[in-house]
Amino acid sequence: MDAESLLLSLELASGSGQGLSPDRRASLLTSLMLVKRDYRYDRVLFWGRILGLVADYYIAQGLNEDQLAPRKTLYSLNCTEWSLLPPATEEMVAQSSVVKGRFMGDPSHEYEHIELQKVNEGEKVFEEEVVVQIKEETRLVYIIDQIDKAVAIIPRGALFKTPFGPTHVNRTFEGLSLSEAKKLSSYFHFREPVELKNKTLLEKADLDPSLDFMDSLEHDVPKDEETGAQRLKPKDTGPGVSRWRGATPWWCCAACSGQASPSTMLPAPRTMATSMWALVRRTWTCPSCYRRRQPGFLNTAS
Amino acid sequence: MEESTSPKQEKENQELGEARRSWEVKTASSPQYSEAASFESLEAKQGLETGRQSRSSRSWSPHSRARTSLGGPAGAETSPAPLSPQESSSTPPPLAPAIQDLAAPLQSDRTTSVIPEAGTPYPDPLEQSSDKRESTPHHTSQLEGNTFQQSQQPKPHLCGPRAVSYNKANQKELRFDVFQEEDSNSDYDLQQPATGGSEVAPSMLETTIQNAKAYLLKTSSKSGLNLYDHLSNMLTKILDERPENAVDIIENISQDVKMAHFSKKFDALHNENEMLPTYEIAEKQKALFLQVHLEGVDQELEDEIVENALPNVMESAFYFEQAGVGLGTDETYRIFLALKQLTDTHPIQRCHFWGKILGLEMNYIVAEVEFREGEDEEEVEEEDVAEERDNGESEADEDEEDELPKSLYKVPQAIPKEESRTGANKYVYFVCNEPGRPWVKLPPVTPAQIVIARKIKKFFTGRLDAPIISYPPFPGNESNYLRAQIARISAGTHVSPLGFYQFGEEEGEEEEEVEGGRNSVEENPDFEGIQVTDLVETLSNWVHHVQHILSQGRCNWFNSIQKNEEEEEEEDEEKEEPDYIEQEVGPPLLTPISEDLEIQNIPAWTTRLSSNLIPQYAIAVLRSNLWPGAYAFSNGKKFENFYIGWGHKYSPDNYMPPVPTPVYQEYPSGPDITEMDDPGVEEEQAFRAAQEAVLLAAEENEETEEDEDEEDDYD
Repeated sequence: MDAESLLLSLELASGSGQGLSPDRRASLLTSLMLVKRDYRYDRVLFWGRILGLVADYYIAQGLNEDQLAPRKTLYSLNCTEWSLLPPATEEMVAQSSVVKGRFMGDPSHEYEHIELQKVNEGEKVFEEEVVVQIKEETRLVYIIDQIDKAVAIIPRGALFKTPFGPTHVNRTFEGLSLSEAKKLSSYFHFREPVELKNKTLLEKADLDPSLDFMDSLEHDVPKDEETGAQRLKPKDTGPGVSRWRGATPWWCCAACSGQASPSTMLPAPRTMATSMWALVRRTWTCPSCYRRRQPGFLNTAS
Repeated sequence: MEESTSPKQEKENQELGEARRSWEVKTASSPQYSEAASFESLEAKQGLETGRQSRSSRSWSPHSRARTSLGGPAGAETSPAPLSPQESSSTPPPLAPAIQDLAAPLQSDRTTSVIPEAGTPYPDPLEQSSDKRESTPHHTSQLEGNTFQQSQQPKPHLCGPRAVSYNKANQKELRFDVFQEEDSNSDYDLQQPATGGSEVAPSMLETTIQNAKAYLLKTSSKSGLNLYDHLSNMLTKILDERPENAVDIIENISQDVKMAHFSKKFDALHNENEMLPTYEIAEKQKALFLQVHLEGVDQELEDEIVENALPNVMESAFYFEQAGVGLGTDETYRIFLALKQLTDTHPIQRCHFWGKILGLEMNYIVAEVEFREGEDEEEVEEEDVAEERDNGESEADEDEEDELPKSLYKVPQAIPKEESRTGANKYVYFVCNEPGRPWVKLPPVTPAQIVIARKIKKFFTGRLDAPIISYPPFPGNESNYLRAQIARISAGTHVSPLGFYQFGEEEGEEEEEVEGGRNSVEENPDFEGIQVTDLVETLSNWVHHVQHILSQGRCNWFNSIQKNEEEEEEEDEEKEEPDYIEQEVGPPLLTPISEDLEIQNIPAWTTRLSSNLIPQYAIAVLRSNLWPGAYAFSNGKKFENFYIGWGHKYSPDNYMPPVPTPVYQEYPSGPDITEMDDPGVEEEQAFRAAQEAVLLAAEENEETEEDEDEEDDYD
């Protein structure tokens, strides 16, 4: 949510219980302005809050003129002093994905993870247990990155691609109509497109190149399991639509905030292709193994 | 170049046909330039038109214009009208000063006559042309000659590029004329050719402008729009709305203007009023805000109800807002009103806003109530009927002959649900999707539902009648699942400061006493409050005041063995679940939450001060890590519990479905399963022989056989 319209967005997002206490709100409004000035950002988004056992992280993101450019992420524990987080790298992702459980709320806290490494000594192969230390700050970067890639969404038409390449905020965006707001296809992932390149020309034929340059939500897998992106849906399609129409289009982070545990927030990683072949394959996959790879499958399978 | 008309005729024509000609010009067909007067009127008209943006300004009458010019002291038959200020301001042709000069005495009259017609005041032409005055008598004569010559041009009869090119040719010819004139007029200076050319320039400009405008006014064959209207609409929109840096978003504005055309319905039929869901819910919520007077209830009783039943939702919402949780202010107030509606329509002794459970399509707002009297007894009856049916099934088929074995598998005995007002069914829960919609009473919870709800994890849809498709099969639909989750969450997360509740002393209990567990609490009137800092620092200052739910699915132990002993056979005792042999005891009431189990080194509760900046007025905030979304606050005296979330328990690992039930082993192969081989011929013969032998022996009593003893088995 935009730092400037923070209060409105909070009011709209309050239906899901995620709020900020008055002192947090006031200090955010103050300090985010200063962040915008000091770091020379075009816009500052209040990304959300990650609950920790000891303290909570408040996350903000700074955007420059090109909306789709990599964003700078900052965190704060007291909503007044902000520190910059490094961008997520492959190495971080590999490291942090093994850590489970809640955040502590202490950036310097180190998780210990035991890995088995094969050590060759002559002919014999030993398996040694190596303790890997993972800093919570690294994990924070990883989680924010994952959430952004999975569930940061914007409505269609809120951004448009300029002929020169950068993506700008569409100032003539007037919200979505009721019928459009109900459809998943009128929301996009707020990230560089991944699936779009795989589309056929036939599918691309109806798209408006200046608006439809990102991945639509409707291609998310699986259809019936609720991802975080769809968690926004009830709010958007319910009586909130009329309010939402006038609201700023930066909802993407309202629903992600306040959930401490990534495992409750993010759908488990999926490697399954949703093709007919995979459906056929279910018939002979051992149910328990399959379910182990597909958490939650059982609840949603009909 | 031939002169077909004399100047005099020309003038007459001018006077007669001026109206007609100017009208022709106005219709945007090919303009006629056969007369100088038309030229003059055109000039004036153009000035006016360009001065005003809309086409509606074509109310200029050529007659009046002619009259004014004719009414001038100089006769002015041939004097062209003064140049319009627009032209002179942009690029005044060098001819203009001459004309101005000539018309100088007329200026005042003219301007006064023109201004009201034009409708837009413009600066006096005198000002603009005063510094360019070079009056030469030749100019006028020159001008006349030129106009006559120009009048002899064949009429261009097409607008468009052809006419433009024609005009170019025309211009050349005129230039040529000008040079001819120069020969005759020796004292012409170098300015002259320019004046000659520029003399024609207005007409040229005129035509190109007319042509361009005609082109812009062409309607598109596809959409029926034309560019002229579109541009004017765009400019209107921009001028009305005044966006910053309009040039950056001109494309989008243009698109919006076009889109606006298609949004209109061109039906002659009446539009159907769009029934937005927002209107619908607004209509329902309006009822909340209307003052309702209870009738048939005497005033005192009503006051009593209102005082006791309705919780102060707004006060606790204020405290929860300090903690950073809760709903928006307006939604909270609507819920407050909805709770008032609930307490007004039901005999409720105590009501409590339990929280909100989020769903995919709609959410659930949950109210926890205690009835005064008049509980629903239908459900009890229903249950009895169901039990009878079960018994009937089990006792049937006893009279049949025991030919084929029946299934010996007995469904494990269903543990009965707890009575209302006890255990997990101590409170009754009402839910509604939104404040204003009707409240729905949830059915009481059964132990089986709780047991199975612990094994599954499903999102709520928001429809109470949605089926729960799961493994293991869930006995009920979403309303039962919701009720089971509410029971679990209440039992785990409803806490109070130490000392607020004490064990109830008067206990009229029919249940068997659980050792050390009295299962009712009442408020302690002598509660003095606890320091907020103590509440934050030590978890042992918070206690559970809701009964723990055992793994059996009940709060109070149900001993199923005693009832079943008579029916049970010896074999079944071995298969008894461990639950039934030993009585399970959970933590008793008013156990401090510091003794709650940890999950993988994660403490079950997190405490905070709501504000570190002003600690003296802060409140203690308690957050459950086991049930994300469960909160409690206390300011020392008051406390409140609240849940908002998806109704799921936290687990560090992802959800694991329960393992399939063990496969039943087959009957062990033994003597009652295996068979001997068929008796062979030898045995039969031997048998026969033996029988014969017996017969013989019976008859004669002489012969004895040795095989007899051996084959007695086969009798």
